[in-house]
Amino acid sequence: MPSLKDLRNRIASVKATQKITKAMQMVAAAKLRRAQEAAEAARPYSERMGAVLANITQAVGGGGDAPALMTGTGKDDVHLLVVCTAERGLCGGFNSQIARLARDHIRKLLSAGKQVKIICVGKKGYDILRRDYASLILDRVDLREVRTLSFVNADAIAKKVIGLFNDGQFDVCTLFYSNFKSVISQIPTAQQIIPAAAVEASGEAANGAAVYEYEPEPGEILSDLIPRNIAVQIFRALLENAAGEMGAKMSAMDSATRNAGDMINRLSITYNRQRQAQITKELIEIISGAEAL
Amino acid sequence: MAKAFKFELVSPERLLVSEEVESVVIPGAEGEMTVMAEHAPVMTTIKPGVVTVKPASGNTQRFVVFGGFADILPSGCTLLAESAVAVEDIDRAEIARRIQEAREDIADAKDDASRTKAEQFLHQLTTLEGAILPA
Repeated sequence: MPSLKDLRNRIASVKATQKITKAMQMVAAAKLRRAQEAAEAARPYSERMGAVLANITQAVGGGGDAPALMTGTGKDDVHLLVVCTAERGLCGGFNSQIARLARDHIRKLLSAGKQVKIICVGKKGYDILRRDYASLILDRVDLREVRTLSFVNADAIAKKVIGLFNDGQFDVCTLFYSNFKSVISQIPTAQQIIPAAAVEASGEAANGAAVYEYEPEPGEILSDLIPRNIAVQIFRALLENAAGEMGAKMSAMDSATRNAGDMINRLSITYNRQRQAQITKELIEIISGAEAL
Repeated sequence: MAKAFKFELVSPERLLVSEEVESVVIPGAEGEMTVMAEHAPVMTTIKPGVVTVKPASGNTQRFVVFGGFADILPSGCTLLAESAVAVEDIDRAEIARRIQEAREDIADAKDDASRTKAEQFLHQLTTLEGAILPA
């Protein structure tokens, strides 16, 4: 049975923890709003990019001059996985969900006899995947120093990926990230970026398929557009991740704060009971002492 | 008064301009072009340069862009810029940094094709620097 002093200390420490988790929750809420705004602001670009891409692929018509980034190498032997996770923990199952999806994918590929290479974006995914697949990890990108994600960060990753592709290091590239659906729900997603999955011609693109003039040649534009599209996809993934991380952190910290509150209540009850017991005991001692006289 | 059309300038980070404009000057890869309403459909890459936007109402705005695409339709024009900044907000150090990077790219270039490309890029950047610095 812990003494009264122990209980008092315990309550104080849980209270301190509760204060911290509460503060973290509020910080996450503020950051979430900003991350969500950033994700929303980036949306027009990727939408337009998709429309332009659909238009131009129609024009080129998947002919012989389509760049390799789009058609692939024709093989399917070496897979590159770009796993995007958060830099920090304390956000519930956010990182492990992405890592689990990636791990399932790796296992499937390996058992199918494919070769797998991994690039980790974010420290947490690296820490998790390192345990099982350290030898497969090519590289890791550290974004811890980055305060606000900008396109430059995504572009650097894209350049790395495209460089590897041009060296013939892999055939298929898949991006792993968490799709931000709402504050309480983030869905880990795998998206193939090389070769680019066929862009669906949306209604807008279809009616815009008037006879375009191209300056320079369509093939040339396309070979410029595709790498940029990859960068845009990665950028979008990073932004979705940032929003998702904050959402997950917010709900994790919310439940931590609630748990701490429950714990304080339970401890307070024990504390009060024990205090009462001690008072009663002392009274009994005094009264029985007086009776004995 | 020229007919107005819809112009949008988007960078990956955000939507910078979305309004009715009279004309837009775009630094196309094969020369500057002025886009007005009812322009024939054109798709072009753009080089680093200054985009001049003349809205249907209000003052002319100028933006510095570093590469990207323009998608021109009779009904409107969309400019996807890799990065875009209003000329008033441009940071000279930023351009200097890009020029420095371009120089390094030239030094690192492995073959002639990529060196030519890097040199071209550097040239565009220095032209751009010359165009906006006195302003």
